[in-house]
Amino acid sequence: MGLGANPAMLSFWRKMTPQERRAAKTGYLALSPWMVGFAVFFAYPILATFYFSLTQWTLVDQPVWIGLDNYVRMFTRDPLFVSSLKATTLFVVLSLPLKLVLGLMLALLLNLKIPGMNVFRTVFFIPAVISGVAVSLMWIWFLNPDTGVVNTLLHYVGVQGPYWFWDLNWALPSVAIMSIWKVGGAAIIYLAGLQNIPAHLYEAAEIDGAGKWRRFWRVTLPLLTPTLFFQLIIELIDAFKIFTEAYVITKGGPLKATYFFLYYFYEEAFRNYNMGYASALALFLLVVIMGCTVFVYRTSGRWVFYEN
Amino acid sequence: MKTDARALSIQRQLRRSAARRRYARLVGHALVYALMIFLALIFMLPIFWMASTSLKLPREIFAWPPEWIPSTPQWGNFAEAFGKYPLARYMLNSAILVIANIIGGLISVPIIAYGFARFEFPFKNALFLLMLSTMMVPGHIKLIPMFWLYSRLELIDTYWPLILPAYFGNPFFVFLMTQYIRTIPRDLDDAARIDGAGAWGILYRIIIPLSRPALTVVVVFTFVWVWNDFLEPIIFLRDWDSYPISVGLAFFQGRYSVEWHLFMGATLVSIIPILVVYFFAQKHLIGGLASIGIKG
Repeated sequence: MGLGANPAMLSFWRKMTPQERRAAKTGYLALSPWMVGFAVFFAYPILATFYFSLTQWTLVDQPVWIGLDNYVRMFTRDPLFVSSLKATTLFVVLSLPLKLVLGLMLALLLNLKIPGMNVFRTVFFIPAVISGVAVSLMWIWFLNPDTGVVNTLLHYVGVQGPYWFWDLNWALPSVAIMSIWKVGGAAIIYLAGLQNIPAHLYEAAEIDGAGKWRRFWRVTLPLLTPTLFFQLIIELIDAFKIFTEAYVITKGGPLKATYFFLYYFYEEAFRNYNMGYASALALFLLVVIMGCTVFVYRTSGRWVFYEN
Repeated sequence: MKTDARALSIQRQLRRSAARRRYARLVGHALVYALMIFLALIFMLPIFWMASTSLKLPREIFAWPPEWIPSTPQWGNFAEAFGKYPLARYMLNSAILVIANIIGGLISVPIIAYGFARFEFPFKNALFLLMLSTMMVPGHIKLIPMFWLYSRLELIDTYWPLILPAYFGNPFFVFLMTQYIRTIPRDLDDAARIDGAGAWGILYRIIIPLSRPALTVVVVFTFVWVWNDFLEPIIFLRDWDSYPISVGLAFFQGRYSVEWHLFMGATLVSIIPILVVYFFAQKHLIGGLASIGIKG
């Protein structure tokens, strides 16, 4: 294949004028840092992960070829794999739809033409820029069952608050609530999408007698679908990558309730040094994320509206 | 006479409805403000609680009912936190990593993006698509092979694993910068070429100075990502003294989990650089990000 491709490329090259060739050389030269980076930081690790996933390997010894054994173990006899998958899926299901809807609602509010809106934009975006570790620590304290703000407020209205991160049933929802707190990040993206909608479309709709609701459903929402689509993919990938919260707050507990997939991967790879098995886990995550992305992309034709 | 009276009544009616509309708008504004302030207060509660705790006496932090605003703010807590934990050291480490990554981005991103935006060559679109598709792949899949490679090169426990990738062009930034450069009129390139500038002269004299909004995005995003990064430092660094602030904070928690007043102070201090950068950059960010134009 490689040999077959070369003459074709050369004939391409021969047909070019000297100026074109010079431009092409400069172009390739400009791209060269990325090409090196692609080989070293992308192609090599992906291919290597694929190979390692077919081996048993603890980093200190040589990888031993075991074929598909890692995958067989993963799919047939690994309870931790099942619980990590369950926790992650549950987290995605709990946080993703809420984040998309609340982000859009917040963006609609922030898009109102009222003086001082900039201040609110800044305020709502702050949770999205601070680090996962700082946020986690802050929320451990915020949701403290005894002296935390939330349970204190609940106490004032006569409700006994739950143990949040330390309760088997509440730990996962607590992490989801924490991630929804960062909804301002999504709202800013929607806001950019909202501001790209041409005003004349609203004017036309108004002349045709469309009320506020109709304008939202018939103009705003359809024109915002590309943004929604982009955000859906980004959030989906992000939700599968949840890690810091499990590491800092719950250590995957209680009773594996927040044993997220990436946390499991981390423990297998860098605590237990089961590099072969961890590679198989990493590839599985890649396939899931790619699968979800392709699925969203394939079905997007039905609901994403493009102007052109 | 008759027509005059009618005109007058119409005028009066119009004036009344205008007044009513103005009144409705005022009420609408007030309602929106009330709602926004209410939401903002809820959103800020965790941060407020952290700040409040950081100013309390040790015995006040577990008091019930809790005090919202400590009666005598203990400003000395911050000094104590800095004395007790190597906070300054960790923040300095983070700053070193941030600066090294920013330099890498500012060097590599404009060059690569310039190649994509301004030159024609075989396979250009295929390469651009390839670069975009790498953005979809989660970075974690690369950790094991990279860890192996870095340990072979004896670079574990150095900053190289956390810095090097920035010098080879982050695909997201290259994409953003390429889109931005495409908005710069080519006439400017041609004018500079007539003045005798070569391909690289045009990059440094025309493209880079005009790309400030996009470069601001590179700087600010790099700052935020590197400052907040957690997973890579815990994998590639071993020595406590070399930890960035995110890792340092997370590891304190296990060790000194009772001193919440100092601990919340440290957490608060750790986010201040991010907040400062964010406040200063926000105006420029919108312009830089708008050029991506999330559309088909």
